[in-house]
Amino acid sequence: MKLATFKRHLIESFKSLKRNGWMSVAAFSAVTVTLLLVGVLLSVLMNVNKIAADVENDVQVRVLINRGTTQAQQTKLKNKLEKLAEVKKITFSSKENELSKVVKSYGKGFKLFGGDGNPLYDVFIVQAKKPQQTVRVAQQAKKMSFVYDAKYGGTSAKKMFAIVDNIQKWGLGISLLLLFVAVFLISNTIRITILSRQNEISIMRLVGATNSFIRWPFILEGAWTGLFGAVIPLVIVNFGYVWTHRVLSQALASTSYRLLTPGTFLLEIDALLILIGIFIGALGAGFSMRRFLKI
Amino acid sequence: MIEFKHVFKKYANQVVAVNDFNIKIQQGEFVYVIGPSGAGKSTFIKMMYREEKPTSGQIKVNDYQLEEIKNSKVPFLRRELGVVFQDFKLLPKLTIFENVAYALQVIEKQPAAIKARVEHVLGLVKLASKAPAFPNELSGGEQQRVAIARAIANEPKILIADEPTGNLDPETAAGIMEILERINQQGTTVVMATHNSHLVNEYRHRVIEIEGGRVIRDQDEGRFFQDEASNF
Ligand SMILES: Nc1ncnc2c1ncn2[C@@H]1O[C@H](COP(=O)(O)OP(=O)(O)O)[C@@H](O)[C@H]1O
Ligand SMILES: [Mg+2]
Repeated sequence: MKLATFKRHLIESFKSLKRNGWMSVAAFSAVTVTLLLVGVLLSVLMNVNKIAADVENDVQVRVLINRGTTQAQQTKLKNKLEKLAEVKKITFSSKENELSKVVKSYGKGFKLFGGDGNPLYDVFIVQAKKPQQTVRVAQQAKKMSFVYDAKYGGTSAKKMFAIVDNIQKWGLGISLLLLFVAVFLISNTIRITILSRQNEISIMRLVGATNSFIRWPFILEGAWTGLFGAVIPLVIVNFGYVWTHRVLSQALASTSYRLLTPGTFLLEIDALLILIGIFIGALGAGFSMRRFLKI
Repeated sequence: MIEFKHVFKKYANQVVAVNDFNIKIQQGEFVYVIGPSGAGKSTFIKMMYREEKPTSGQIKVNDYQLEEIKNSKVPFLRRELGVVFQDFKLLPKLTIFENVAYALQVIEKQPAAIKARVEHVLGLVKLASKAPAFPNELSGGEQQRVAIARAIANEPKILIADEPTGNLDPETAAGIMEILERINQQGTTVVMATHNSHLVNEYRHRVIEIEGGRVIRDQDEGRFFQDEASNF
């Protein structure tokens, strides 16, 4: 395409955005809401996948030792654990040590529980040889004497996944619905442009403008609506994620789970939101052209 | 060159608007298409620039075999034709200059070449001084001259006019006729559908008369035989 032609298409597309006023705003808002939801959902989804992978790679079983267990009894328990075929390594963490981890991730308020009021247990942190073996190690440890409980990473994570799974399904449904609404509003806005320019279009056709020449301004108008609609979601998702990441990372500090770091992850999300925005814009334009621009 | 061979056009409502047309128009001819309202003149003309497709038969315009070409080729066919209508079809928000330039811009002519060409064709229709005016500031005759300027801006081989004087008084119509004659003298084929018996009898050219979708006369230097008083 010639530069002059492209410049002309650009100007035309901006003109009709402006001319359509509130219609453009409505279409633009629909894109904004849709992409905001898609952005949040994607962030949650991708992090859940990341943590699921972390859980799967997690070889750690926490064996909580009964209160009042003597040093000798602890050693006996440790020996017994070491004999399990699946166990690779065992480290001891006292309840004071455990508390200081909690204080580190949840705040100084928990210092109140220091000394005799400490509600936590002494713990053997047992590393299995393979992630799949954690369940068996935990089951066997539970049966041993002096053991209060044995937890592996999956226990609480699984509950969380069930909840998140529901959120995902609903979120996906709502996102699709919104996507639909956005495409519909964009196609309606562009239909207005097409109808208001019938005269011009018929003259363009009469003097031999090609179909793609006639279509370009409308596709661009749709693409702009999608692109501009992506701006607010981009800002919110980027700042929101950086903030959330900081807060949640502290909470997860004591575990072996990590959220996706903002850098490349956000670049991916940004690119995706922009692409989806442009795509629904162009799709909306495409629909109205099929119906109202009989070429 | 325009050639119709056994061309039929039946609309969806079963009206046969064009019934077995066999017509050849050589490059450089001036042809009137006459006949009462509803005779099929517009349908005949629309098939030339492929606004309508024939139901059957062959149509050749310049080097295009119209029943064979793809839709994507139609714009290129139209660049070799100029079309003028009774209602001018100018864009009210553009100046006279811009209206003519528009036709060249949308077929992606070089901007530098456009300006010179627009000035040239506005000169041909004697409207150079009106270039900065808007269509509603011009008389009907002047607006039709702008439409003609736009139609010939891309130097078409054929100029098609569907009742170009239909909305104009006799004197103004004669002015339009002078311009069409001049364009024809420069080698452009002119096909003009008209009701205007005065013009047909005054400026003698080949006449194709249609009635009820059939060609009932095709005559060089023909006259308009209908009850002439009723037409004016
Ligand atoms: N798009 C159309 N659909 C159905 N019938 C049409 C259409 N256009 C024209 N006709 C019919 O075809 C016949 C010829 O019309 P037209 O070519 O416009 O005649 P003219 O230009 O000589 O007045 C008329 O009977 C008219 O009603
Ligand atoms: Mg007609």
